[in-house]
Amino acid sequence: MGVHHAQIQRVVRQHYGAVLARLVRSFGDLHLAEDALQEALTAAYLQWSDGAIPDSPRAWLLTTARHKAVDEVRKRVLRGEKHEQILREQTDQAATTPEDAFAIGDDMLRLMFTCCHPALEPSAQVALTLNAVAGLRVEEIARAFLVPVPTMAQRLVRAKRKIVAAKIPYVVPERTELAPRTHGLLRVLYLIFNEGYSSSHGSDLIRAELCEHAISLAREVTGLLPEDGNSIGLLALMLLQDSRRAARVDGAGDLILLEEQQRQLWDQARIAEGSALTEAALRLSPRAPYAIQAAIAAVHAAATRAEQTDWRQIVGLYDHLLQVEPSPVVALNRAVAVAMAHGPKAGLSLIVEIEDELAGYHLLHATRGELLRRAGQHAPAREAFERALALCDNDVEKRLLKKKLATVSD
Amino acid sequence: MQYLLLIYENEGLGKQRSDAENKKVFGGYMEFTEAIKTSGHLRGGDALEPVATATTVRVRDGKTLTTDGPFAETKEQLGGYYLIEAKDLDEALKIAARIPTAETGSIEVRPVMVWE
Repeated sequence: MGVHHAQIQRVVRQHYGAVLARLVRSFGDLHLAEDALQEALTAAYLQWSDGAIPDSPRAWLLTTARHKAVDEVRKRVLRGEKHEQILREQTDQAATTPEDAFAIGDDMLRLMFTCCHPALEPSAQVALTLNAVAGLRVEEIARAFLVPVPTMAQRLVRAKRKIVAAKIPYVVPERTELAPRTHGLLRVLYLIFNEGYSSSHGSDLIRAELCEHAISLAREVTGLLPEDGNSIGLLALMLLQDSRRAARVDGAGDLILLEEQQRQLWDQARIAEGSALTEAALRLSPRAPYAIQAAIAAVHAAATRAEQTDWRQIVGLYDHLLQVEPSPVVALNRAVAVAMAHGPKAGLSLIVEIEDELAGYHLLHATRGELLRRAGQHAPAREAFERALALCDNDVEKRLLKKKLATVSD
Repeated sequence: MQYLLLIYENEGLGKQRSDAENKKVFGGYMEFTEAIKTSGHLRGGDALEPVATATTVRVRDGKTLTTDGPFAETKEQLGGYYLIEAKDLDEALKIAARIPTAETGSIEVRPVMVWE
């Protein structure tokens, strides 16, 4: 019969992070765990393609990798390195593998917290999470972030070396640290998502995959931290944003703004799941920033036509968000909502308050330009769009700004 | 696992502080040192004289070059260090955050190399 390569790859991906996490936990050595898992993957491709994928691929991978790791430890012991203790523990454990192969969640969470440790550089946190937890190869991560492969490889090697040398622990942080560390982890997931959702480079396929990875990692986190409203909120937010994927870019790859999108293209299954999760998140943690952002996205999703958008409710949600997480960018978004609810002049007067703080942010000028255009003030609108264009480095957004500029140039 | 906690602060700050404030910082250090001694983390540590007293030595082609001052001019200067024993980086970072001048300067946490 035989199994297709792509099918094996999909299954392997699905279990990579969980198996690696358990191996790291057992052997306390990231390099050893990665090498052993790599060997197990090679064996899987060989054996499965000739036969069938086993009933429990995760247990199969774990058992195989564990044997490889034990072999390696034995070799090291023969070479006189100090691994006896580990070896003894491992040979005991190897016999009792398959049953506990699914109680792996905790290990996953540990590995994620290690990858997203604040002692690592943010770009390395993102790369490590994709590599160790989502099972992406260095080449794939490099392609997704438009970085040369050697650069990405170097970034990963350096981060892994630091984990070992500085002894960054494989632990779920203590209670006092849990909230900020979870926030950091979620931020990494959202960065991965946004790279897929908003970046102007990379093929649509690669970018859609990044969004998928971010969503499935967020699912894992919500499964492991079921009481954390912010995690559930982030999952909801990503689902709601991703529901617009098919509608937000036209045939030429240009961005289509929310109010001009063909809403029948929105993915209703994602919207339903995202909206239900938003409610659950807000019930658990009414002040969780991601939950509030998800609620805003849910209000948009509930409007079958742009004119039906409940802008007053959105303004109220932004008020709430500003309270829990004050930031000029949130204030800018609130100004847009106010303009939609009460007219462009009301929005413009709010923008004045944050103009200095966000002087270098292209979206401030783009928003100001749009509101000025709506207020009929074409000359200052033109100036604002030009400022925005000069500050923007995203090609897709630049094209959109040029279109806007054309509408106010006579 | 041992970590070296390098204490950096703008030396000017010490001069700007009133006597009472400096006394408070000093007291804070005494208290912190005592606490990590009791908890078993302390391996060593000292305060350093200001960088104005530093001398840098380089040997090039067998010749010793001696210059006045630190090896590099920085906004914050190394003013002291602790050598601690901690179970992992998280514990070391937590201890570093308790150093009194972490609030006004910076603490660089460096793992001590382990020779296998």
